[in-house]
Amino acid sequence: MATTTAPSSTSSRGDRWAGPGMLLPFALFYLVFLVGPLIYTVVAGFFETSLLKSGLGDFAGLTNYKEVLGDAEFWRTLRNTLWFTVLTTVPLVLLSLALAVLADRFVRGRWFFRFAFFAPFVLPSAVISLLFMFIYADQLGLAQEAVKWFGVETPPSWLGDPDWAMISIAAATVWWTIGFNFVLYLAGLQDVPREVHEAAAIDGAGPWQRIRHVVVPMLGRTTTLVTVLQIIASLKVFDQIYMMTSGGPDGSTRPSLQLIYDTGFVEGRVGYASTVSLLLFLVILFVSLVWFALVRRAEKEN
Amino acid sequence: MTAIATRPETEQRGGTTPPARRRDSERLFNRVALGTLIALALLWLVPLAWALATSVRPAQEVVTNPTGWFTAHPTLDAYGEIFDAGKLPYWYANSFITSILTTVLTVIMASLAAFALSQTRFRLRRAAFVMLLAGIMIPGQVLMIPQFLALQSAGLLNTYWGVVLPQVPNVVAVFVFKQFFDGIPRELIDAARADGAGWLRTYWQIVMPISRPAVSAVTIFVFVGVWNNFLWPLLVVTDPEMMTLPVGLTSVQDVFGVPYAQLMASAVLGAIPLLAVFALFQRRIVEGIAGTGLK
Repeated sequence: MATTTAPSSTSSRGDRWAGPGMLLPFALFYLVFLVGPLIYTVVAGFFETSLLKSGLGDFAGLTNYKEVLGDAEFWRTLRNTLWFTVLTTVPLVLLSLALAVLADRFVRGRWFFRFAFFAPFVLPSAVISLLFMFIYADQLGLAQEAVKWFGVETPPSWLGDPDWAMISIAAATVWWTIGFNFVLYLAGLQDVPREVHEAAAIDGAGPWQRIRHVVVPMLGRTTTLVTVLQIIASLKVFDQIYMMTSGGPDGSTRPSLQLIYDTGFVEGRVGYASTVSLLLFLVILFVSLVWFALVRRAEKEN
Repeated sequence: MTAIATRPETEQRGGTTPPARRRDSERLFNRVALGTLIALALLWLVPLAWALATSVRPAQEVVTNPTGWFTAHPTLDAYGEIFDAGKLPYWYANSFITSILTTVLTVIMASLAAFALSQTRFRLRRAAFVMLLAGIMIPGQVLMIPQFLALQSAGLLNTYWGVVLPQVPNVVAVFVFKQFFDGIPRELIDAARADGAGWLRTYWQIVMPISRPAVSAVTIFVFVGVWNNFLWPLLVVTDPEMMTLPVGLTSVQDVFGVPYAQLMASAVLGAIPLLAVFALFQRRIVEGIAGTGLK
């Protein structure tokens, strides 16, 4: 941030309060709905807080933490969440990069690709879930029909088989959200100077070599951004899983956020759910801090 | 396919007399790239097209041949049934009201805060900025329990305000505005101030009118985000007449069991407003994402 000189010498009393005054409305909302709840979550984790009784309830010390960390279901939901994150992040970074690099070569058809890949992103998760529950339905869904064309005689029950359910949800998620990363990459490609491209071409580099050695390396910063935003978004998965499988079959798709939802709102165990919230927050915070460290380093290198 | 031209630069490179072989490989690569892209784009459109096709098929046909694409007797019956059975008009209205309220409040408060952080000078300005920055790392979903308890004790469950208020402190919106305001020439603000305009007036009459790109980026993102939000309205709204569209749509399923024509019709009805917004503001949306990287 560049420091600018004070606007003028006419800083009256009213002037001194103008800034804080204009900041105040937002700051109030920020304190009430973000900072306050965060403090409450930290505190409630140390109490046997219940949704059914008012107040924090009995002091529990580290009991909730002990219980959560020793709870196989907590680890399973965390594993499910991480599995979903891997299943979505890898294709959502690599495929969107490939699509953007290819689409960048064509100027006049771009609106079509942008529509095809990006339009699903603006749809509500409820619409996506309805659509894919039909696509994945046993006997009558498009997905089973499609693999039969390729000679698979007994296609899996996409959402009913514990081995396939998460993969199916991840595939729907990739279809739904790839447009966002695609557009971020298209924007990143605008910053690749044409001259670099042309110089490489004059030096005799073919299109494939130019992509590998010139374009992709120059998209490094975008790739870092896309990857971290994707990981953070995937760690918070809830909607489509809740609607398509509600965590099943046999809890094989239940994510951490659903454990918080179920223990907090269905069972009313606020203290326990707060502890899980805080642990999930720490995982997400860790990812964000690694991102900031990476960005810092990249900026220093430039 | 002929409508798609390659970047002019790619063609002009021929001007530097490249060997014919390279021009051939360039052309071949472009052809393969275009083929791959079109194949994938069509694959991407399949689910949308299928939903649309299914929604206009008679229910009987969907039962006997669920994966069929075309019907000789297209009908809008499924849409009519959805309108009669569900509370779709309510859900549309609720989604519009909550999205607009949230968007207006967010745009005003976030831009005011960003203006204060960008243009005015006061003690603790840096500290306030750093504290806001930290807020970007707080995942809202993790705070749903205390937010819910706060609104419950304020008696705001099943109200518009219950849906709207927790979505107002959108830190990313402040950053979008601040980034934009930081680029406004200092002289413009100084001139307004020298003419005797107060800060509030400078903000409203000088800065906001020239900040339309930032305003529209934030407007679109907040609007789409609130419209699509599922988890939060699911928690605070239980009254079917107060539900937003995404929450209401999932209850259609329970009403109809498995009739897929109706399900696809409700999916189409849920998709239409946003596809319309997208079609109208495609460029703005894309620029908004590109400029801010918010998700």
